[in-house]
Amino acid sequence: MKASLRRIAAAAWARSLEFVRDRSSLGWNLVFPILMVIGLAFVFSGPGQPLFKVAVIAPAEAKLDASLHPFLDTPQVQFYREDSRDAALPKVQRHRIDLLIDFTATPPAYWVNEQSPKGALLERLIAGSGGNTLQRLVTTGKSIRYVDWVAPGVLGMNMMFACLFGIGYVIVRYRKNGYLKRLNATPLRAFEFLLAQLLSRLALILVVNVLVFGACRLLLGLRMEGSYLDLLVVVTLGAFSMIAMGLVVSARLASEELAGGILNVISTPMMVVCGVFFSMDGAPRALQIAADFFPLTHLLNAARAIMLDGTGLAQLGYPLGAMALMSVVFLGLGAVLFKWRQD
Amino acid sequence: MNSETALEVRELVKHFKQVKAVNGLSFDVKTGTCFGLLGPNGAGKSTTIEMCEGLLTPTSGSIRYRGEPLGPRYRERVGIQFQSTALQDHLTVIENLRFFGRLYPVRRPLDELITLCRLEDFLDRDSRKLSGGQRQRLLLAIALVNDPELLFLDEPTTGLDPQARRNFWDLVRDIKAAGRTIVLTTHYMEEAYLLCDEIVIVDNGRIIARGVPSQLLAEHFNDSVLEVPAAEAPKLAGSSLAGTPKGDTLEIQTPDVNAAVAALLAAGVSLALLRIRPRTLEDLFIELTGRGLRE
Repeated sequence: MKASLRRIAAAAWARSLEFVRDRSSLGWNLVFPILMVIGLAFVFSGPGQPLFKVAVIAPAEAKLDASLHPFLDTPQVQFYREDSRDAALPKVQRHRIDLLIDFTATPPAYWVNEQSPKGALLERLIAGSGGNTLQRLVTTGKSIRYVDWVAPGVLGMNMMFACLFGIGYVIVRYRKNGYLKRLNATPLRAFEFLLAQLLSRLALILVVNVLVFGACRLLLGLRMEGSYLDLLVVVTLGAFSMIAMGLVVSARLASEELAGGILNVISTPMMVVCGVFFSMDGAPRALQIAADFFPLTHLLNAARAIMLDGTGLAQLGYPLGAMALMSVVFLGLGAVLFKWRQD
Repeated sequence: MNSETALEVRELVKHFKQVKAVNGLSFDVKTGTCFGLLGPNGAGKSTTIEMCEGLLTPTSGSIRYRGEPLGPRYRERVGIQFQSTALQDHLTVIENLRFFGRLYPVRRPLDELITLCRLEDFLDRDSRKLSGGQRQRLLLAIALVNDPELLFLDEPTTGLDPQARRNFWDLVRDIKAAGRTIVLTTHYMEEAYLLCDEIVIVDNGRIIARGVPSQLLAEHFNDSVLEVPAAEAPKLAGSSLAGTPKGDTLEIQTPDVNAAVAALLAAGVSLALLRIRPRTLEDLFIELTGRGLRE
């Protein structure tokens, strides 16, 4: 056991030295996510965002079309049904949706977040649609800026790339150039090697992301309602599960091109369905179910709950459990599939 | 087997799908000797040595180390230098040695290793910035980091310049002098002749010759080789000498060098470019396998 730990520590240390000394990629890992968040803050601070999302509360028998209100005929807007105002209102506050219309209220009313540029545009569309006047209500409670909502998504997405590609490419490169074969000739076991790679990557990703998070908080005044420790726990577990996912991909490949292709096939849907830029509210049920199978979904849900609502770990059992389960499954699968050499 | 046998290989077979890479090899490696495994590319050398290293599982046959099957601790007791190995980027020579050292329960003191492999002058250099000879010395040091009883060297001097190759041979002699057992594969017949106490020549997965290099030569050849420029060949038309052309050279095999030189003189052949050499392992190799090493 002691010998095993010594071997893991040695391999993790050697890999960390390699990463830290590779100045260009270290710099890129630090600077890129900050630039990305700042860039998005600019892009989304003005109007021009083409997609609008509006939640509608209506009697079950009513169809969501012009027969209910001419506004529902607006082509550029996605309307979807919500059942309760309590569930839908926080989404308006958190910019997950742009507007909420409640036809069951008397009189029928819509809720808008005054800090939302998209909400303001939609209000004008309602006014110009010519239907019955809807009562204008402003959401109460703290409303947040889009950047507060999107920043965890961007940081999480960036972390996903660092996890998947960081571990995937390195192991495939080691296999391709014969370094794994050399290690196989030593007492180092496959599980020890994989754990060492995982821990080294995890430590570096955490350090980098703490710095990036700090920088974003300073530069953008990101909202942080909950506990930093809780956030650290969530981020650690999320990164662990995504690195373990990378281990599965790199378990046998000896071609960086193929590994890159497969990693792209995995990361692209994660970018789309895990709620990085847009919330999945109102998305088809199948997509929402698919999203549940990706660790990034749970990481972002938990991180946003902590940062935006101050939720504690005790209420985050589902995302934490899902990430823990995925970590165990991916790590086990990665170790079983792992090969030291190319066939 | 006797108590002096380090490695005992019996009826070793390895099949890869349709290919029979190794087809029933048996040999013993005696403790404290250097054992050479020679053969053309594709002969099954690397497959054989990797099975002996415990990295490949034989299809059938047995390999015993000191009378025991290769167990899980075998890796702690042997040292391996591969033909080509990448190391981690951005690590210095000394960091590489420390890292590999930590993987083993028993370690040779680093300063001893550094002196033995003559690494003093570039300890803090990134391993990617080493010359070919320096790199091979580092890889040798890594193979020796656990103070192994048995050392495998798989074509350790391929690609080195003559100077670096000779330096490497000196190192191998030092290791042998310290009582270690060495299994060596090589393309260079001169290397095998100088370093190995015993060799086997493998072709098509089978052993085609085995023995002490000098004895093997004595068994197969009782002649020497005279080399004269091929341009002189027409002058030999009337003489008793016959030769085989090899590129620009005519090779004349003869058991009696004095008589052959006299015959060359009588035929009016210029001796200015005459070369007389004993038979080498390379001659034996080509005779036995019917092809050059690098074909």
